Amino acid sequence: MTYIAKPAVRHPGLGANDLGLHMRDYEGTISTLCAGCGHDSVTAAVIQAFYELSIPPHRIAKMSGIGCSAKTPAYFVNEAHGFNGVHGRMPALATGANAANKDLHYIGISGDGDSLSIGLGQFCHAIRRNVNILYVLENNGVYGLTKGQFSACADVGSRSKRGVPNKSEPIDPVALALTLGATFVARGFSGDKQQLLPLLKAGLMHKGFAFLDVISPCVTFNDHVGSTKSYLYTRHHGHELVPVDFVPIRSEISASYEKGSRTSITMHDGSMVRFRKVPEDYDPTDRLSAYEHYRSLQNRGEVVTGLLYLDPGGEDMHDDNATTPTPLAELSHEDLCPGSEQMDALMEEFR
Amino acid sequence: MSDPRLEKTDRTNDFAFKIGTVNGTGSASANGLIMQAIFRMGIPCTGKNVFPSNFQGLPTWYEIRVSHEGYSARTPEFDLIVAMNPATYERDIAEVRPGGYLLHDSSWPMAKEFLRDDITFLGVPLGEMCVREFKGARVRILMKNIAYAGALAALLSMDLDVIRGMIQEKFAAKPKLIGSNYKAIELGYDYAMEHFDCPLPIRLQTMDATSDHVLMDGNTSAALGCVFAGATVGAWYPITPSTSLMDAFKRFCERFRKDPETGERSFFIAQAEDELAAAGVVIGAGWAGARAFTPTSGPGVSLMSEFIGLAYYAEIPAVFVDVQRVGPSTGMPTRTQQGDIAAVAYASHGDTKHIALFPANPEESFQMAVEAFDLAERFQSPVFLVQDLDIGMNDWMIPKLRWDDSFVPDRGKVLGAAELEKIQKFYRYMDVDGDGIPYRSLPGVHPKGAYFTRGSGHTSRGTYTEDADEYTEVMDRLSRKIDSAASEVPAPAVRMREGATMSLVTIGSCDEAVREATDILERQGLPVNYMRVRGFPFDTLVREFLDAHELNIVVEQNRDAQLRRLLVNETEVDPARLHSVLDYGGFPMSAAFVAGEVNEHLGRAPEETKVRPAAERPEGAVA
Repeated sequence: MTYIAKPAVRHPGLGANDLGLHMRDYEGTISTLCAGCGHDSVTAAVIQAFYELSIPPHRIAKMSGIGCSAKTPAYFVNEAHGFNGVHGRMPALATGANAANKDLHYIGISGDGDSLSIGLGQFCHAIRRNVNILYVLENNGVYGLTKGQFSACADVGSRSKRGVPNKSEPIDPVALALTLGATFVARGFSGDKQQLLPLLKAGLMHKGFAFLDVISPCVTFNDHVGSTKSYLYTRHHGHELVPVDFVPIRSEISASYEKGSRTSITMHDGSMVRFRKVPEDYDPTDRLSAYEHYRSLQNRGEVVTGLLYLDPGGEDMHDDNATTPTPLAELSHEDLCPGSEQMDALMEEFR
Repeated sequence: MSDPRLEKTDRTNDFAFKIGTVNGTGSASANGLIMQAIFRMGIPCTGKNVFPSNFQGLPTWYEIRVSHEGYSARTPEFDLIVAMNPATYERDIAEVRPGGYLLHDSSWPMAKEFLRDDITFLGVPLGEMCVREFKGARVRILMKNIAYAGALAALLSMDLDVIRGMIQEKFAAKPKLIGSNYKAIELGYDYAMEHFDCPLPIRLQTMDATSDHVLMDGNTSAALGCVFAGATVGAWYPITPSTSLMDAFKRFCERFRKDPETGERSFFIAQAEDELAAAGVVIGAGWAGARAFTPTSGPGVSLMSEFIGLAYYAEIPAVFVDVQRVGPSTGMPTRTQQGDIAAVAYASHGDTKHIALFPANPEESFQMAVEAFDLAERFQSPVFLVQDLDIGMNDWMIPKLRWDDSFVPDRGKVLGAAELEKIQKFYRYMDVDGDGIPYRSLPGVHPKGAYFTRGSGHTSRGTYTEDADEYTEVMDRLSRKIDSAASEVPAPAVRMREGATMSLVTIGSCDEAVREATDILERQGLPVNYMRVRGFPFDTLVREFLDAHELNIVVEQNRDAQLRRLLVNETEVDPARLHSVLDYGGFPMSAAFVAGEVNEHLGRAPEETKVRPAAERPEGAVA
């Protein structure tokens, strides 16, 4: 696909967002992934989410590790800084960047190899620290760049392209995020943009660690019969737990929903997440309830999707640290250096 | 090897003693009290804590050297040993120099086989007295330590008022403890005065040589350097012997960087899950514009190496403080070594080279910590502050640290919003100024500053490449950039002597021992020049100095002569000019060792190394 130069034109009929920017302004360079890759659909949804949220492109920081997923930040929001670091270590880079400048919108794009094997520790600890980031795990169950080895989340019995079944137990990132205390846990499917979009927007506006697992089939190495991460399998077994809408702070509250059929959760900035048709025995703000619900559906062989858990508390690692409101990177030397008088006084304590 | 100091007859303010105790018995505070009292008497002194990798039960020693001449290298010859740990009696007694003293607890009889007739045994019934005077097992153990400090006060002629003053300061918040501590001091003091001929020939006499000085360890001073340089993000994984650096940073930040009214803090410390993450946090923070650092030790540097390569190639400032300990592998975590010199110079795979600063004492740790942040941002690259356990964890007597309020940090070539607005297009890795250093932009500042940071092959425009020429262009510029730091890192410390034809070359904490050795050799009729390397890449002065001497004896603390190898590798000096003297058993080096090794290498007969009375003592160090 890379031999085609991306045309710099935009349809005159397309509208602009609150900043007067067009969807085109949120695009990146052209994708070098395989045609039909699920990741490209995620990229398209990410572009639309940023556009619709009217986030200034340069106030976005795009973080990634290594792998097919890690390349995708180059394919959206050209006018944002991106950091394609080392394999499995994006959470540490994101933690540091966020420590330095907490006012940016952080999006981390990872894969199942990046997050669940080489970077499992970093993934877990970023959750523990509650870094304010939308962490998207583009989950295809295989290592694409090295030609189709199973990843740590491949299901038992799932077959590789050559027909070899996986025998190792999978690491389930959603269950993991729920148990480790992620303050936002969701799963989407790259083949369902309508569902994915509000999840991305809610995740971006969530303060704290927002985890979004996206089943994103690998058309080259994991989209065959016998795979549990294929388009077909996901479509057949997908179970959207609760349809969700994201209502930005500036929007009018629509009255088009029936009373009692939804749960609305106000987020830290005043925007809202609406859960439609919440089952009676499930409370998306209760971690245990979310976990039980998720596990029971999963045991029935269903690929559970949707916003599974949300802690609207709106605190992140900087609240724990009581960090000064001005981002640390923007403080001046005068703000930071104690000066000679303090030094002289201090020296007397070392005598 | 014999220590020339011992040939002198007047030992006032010129001796060394050692206290052997059991780890976890509270002896550290008694030892600190003794050391500080000597310091407050105005007498130059230095303390080395020899401790096990354990919390309770294993033997530990505290060595104090008193030197009116200001020498502070460790000396392995002890005039007096306080043996409070029966488990190490045999070893402690054996280590007293002939004619020296052994102070022990005589509450229980000393085994006959340990007795020596060439040293004096000073028995004080410390245990018995403390059992009689104090209640509770813990208190008795603690007071026994204070009591031996009291006995030492009498034997060495310490100023009791100074000691009382310190006890008062120390327990200002718990005045109830002052009385018992006074009492313990007096128990030991009175007993010694009554039973021994006090003071001993090794004794203290008030001087005025410490009033402009402080007692400080290099982890504390490096932490202060980080605070004063404006570091806001610190990430770490606890590891001996660097842990106290982050503890100190946190303490100073809580004091200087916390708004007393709102409680808001202008710093962020991440205790990471491992050293890999610590390095990542620092690099992420540097990328986003904060001054960030991580303290670690050799095993941590090994783990951080992948990230170090990323910071080198993607050109992100980051400061790594390596407090070296004995390697390889886990090695000996509580012993000192200079085993990471080669590792930090070229850390990470592929072609890399890193700026490194080598302080020799806590004063330089402070100064170089500040400098490290400037160099990291100026050269947009990892910078290593390489110290060791001896500097980092031992109390050194150093001049009071000063801060110049006119200091302006060098934040390097960072484009602000106004500058980005003006330029047509920003290329991250373009050598615009021809100095090998490109311009940098920070996230969030301006849309024109955006670029995609990557550790994969990239062009000078910041785009991905697999093209040979485009890749090579960036790599060659990086090489020029780091090499150009040679003239910006601290210049070597050099001291020339009249008539010298050979030199001693060293690095880091070997400084004290090697400088003292040059004095010893001078007195023995062998003037030698001296150079201490302080920065990497090497300044041209380093090569010039080496070339000026037929024989350069390179003194360092590792097995493989890492400094020598680096000198050969980087300066292309004739290797035949460099002879190694190595000491890597984990203890700070002694001057007697260095002088002995030099004499041996030169094949000087013992009669040649007799002290020449006419030789004048040269003045202090040139740094």
